[in-house]
Amino acid sequence: MKKIVAKQEACMGCGLCEVYCAVAHSKSKDIIKAYNVEKTKPISRIRREISKPISFAIQCRHCEDAPCVTACLAGAMTKDEKTGQVIHNKEKCIGCWTCVMVCPYGAIIMDKEDKVVTKCDLCQGLEEPACVANCPNEALIFKEVKT
Amino acid sequence: MAKYVIVGASAAGIGAIEAIRKIDPMGSISIITEEYCADYSRPMISDLVSGKADIQKMKCRADSFWTENKVDTRLSKKAVSIDLAEKTVALEDGEKISYEKLLLATGGKPFVPKIEGQEKDGVFTFTTMAEAQRLATKIDENQSKSAVVIGAGLIGISVTEALVKRGLKVTVVELKEKILSLLLDPKASEIVEAVIKKAGVNFATGQSVQKIVGKPDNENAVGGVVLTRGEYIPCDVVVVAVGVIPRTELVAGTSIKSNRGIIVDNFMQTNIPDVYASGDVAEAYDFILDQNRLLPLWPLAVLEGKVAGYNMAGKRTAYEGGTNMSSLKYFGIPIVSIGNANPKQDDTTLEKLVKLDAENNVYKKLVLKNNVIVGITLVNDIDRAGIFFNLMKKKVNVKRFKQELLSDDFSWAVLPVSLQRKMGVIQ
Repeated sequence: MKKIVAKQEACMGCGLCEVYCAVAHSKSKDIIKAYNVEKTKPISRIRREISKPISFAIQCRHCEDAPCVTACLAGAMTKDEKTGQVIHNKEKCIGCWTCVMVCPYGAIIMDKEDKVVTKCDLCQGLEEPACVANCPNEALIFKEVKT
Repeated sequence: MAKYVIVGASAAGIGAIEAIRKIDPMGSISIITEEYCADYSRPMISDLVSGKADIQKMKCRADSFWTENKVDTRLSKKAVSIDLAEKTVALEDGEKISYEKLLLATGGKPFVPKIEGQEKDGVFTFTTMAEAQRLATKIDENQSKSAVVIGAGLIGISVTEALVKRGLKVTVVELKEKILSLLLDPKASEIVEAVIKKAGVNFATGQSVQKIVGKPDNENAVGGVVLTRGEYIPCDVVVVAVGVIPRTELVAGTSIKSNRGIIVDNFMQTNIPDVYASGDVAEAYDFILDQNRLLPLWPLAVLEGKVAGYNMAGKRTAYEGGTNMSSLKYFGIPIVSIGNANPKQDDTTLEKLVKLDAENNVYKKLVLKNNVIVGITLVNDIDRAGIFFNLMKKKVNVKRFKQELLSDDFSWAVLPVSLQRKMGVIQ
């Protein structure tokens, strides 16, 4: 399947991936409205890992045998066997944080406002995930990787 | 005749079905459960009482799960005996189901110590949907105002939160001096106890319930409890949540070996070929203690069930092991506890890294043995729990970056680049 891959040596830690991820998952999909008008503040599902001069972004890796899917208490985390994606259903999520505990990448984000988790959905409907499309230095690549 | 027979339709049974179907799409599967509803999330029964979830939300698999996986489900049926020579399971109604491969996933049952007055109306345990529904109905009908919860472990704290949400005044009685003592060290326990007290909960620790007494106008209904030190606490309901014990009744009298739970090997097989056990009923491998033990936890039950399922269907698969691991969401304070999180004070082979931010109720502790993480406690700052757990499972030597682990800006980036590559974080 196609996955997002981080290139540590190309990342400048600018944080645009986080901004565009949050906007892509906002109601309006508009950067100004998302941050200034919408009631619930947009949450990025990608996270910069920074310890200068090293930085790179990390998000759900849609693991082949995903620990979050096995561990989920509520059946909110599922694996789409056809596409390979790990899908999170917010309606089913009970915010028990079990997936946060078992994710080997620490890539599941706690939405403390709604008391549920959130994570990368590879920007369904977009040709390329927003973080990849808006990375100014091609530190994020969307490519076919062996699972 | 079914190729696969599974007794118990909760976490381990579901995990087994999913694994079997990955290998064997057609082999017949029969699953037997005493409950009238299969595939509900047991940890969610507190949400049922609080009103946060209904039965539909509690279903942890799609409605089509059983039909899609071509499973013959026997709801409200009790398996009463196994004939290992005949390879059959007998049900209470007389039916015998023969198997090629058998999985015992019977789970646990609440342990209820003998307490005077425990037969009174208003005394509950808290491990099944039926029991949770009875409790919810009782609260509705009697307009209960107060409750006593016996046991301050995972189940006790979860039901306490549900009762508080329903507006009841709750007193938690705990035999140990500290709450959540199987998960938390004294400091973490204190922080969490203070948070729960703020929500209006009373704790009576270092005590147990001597007797349950009736109401003045109805001796048969719960009216209060008397603690061991003599204190009387009036209440309308009592919930006994002191722990669960494995349901091993089916193997009693057979040659299937058990200690407290059913003994299994690394492939979830019992000492009898073709007979497997998983979940709360089994003693599976703990990779921190390096021994088999009871670990009645939902995620491990699913995992053990999966391993059993693969092996039953012919794909030789070893269990990677689990350990005592829990994440808690109750009373708005997220907690993660993994492995040897509360070691004995006098164990000099262990090193402890501790960070306390009392103002924000943040407490983080890592327990190291020979520079490998063997215990994790995170209170109110659990975002990066998964990274620590990964380092623990892979037994990564943390000596070089020990001092970074509990820093506020801890992330993958502070770890050596070579390690980031090795762990598959970057390319």
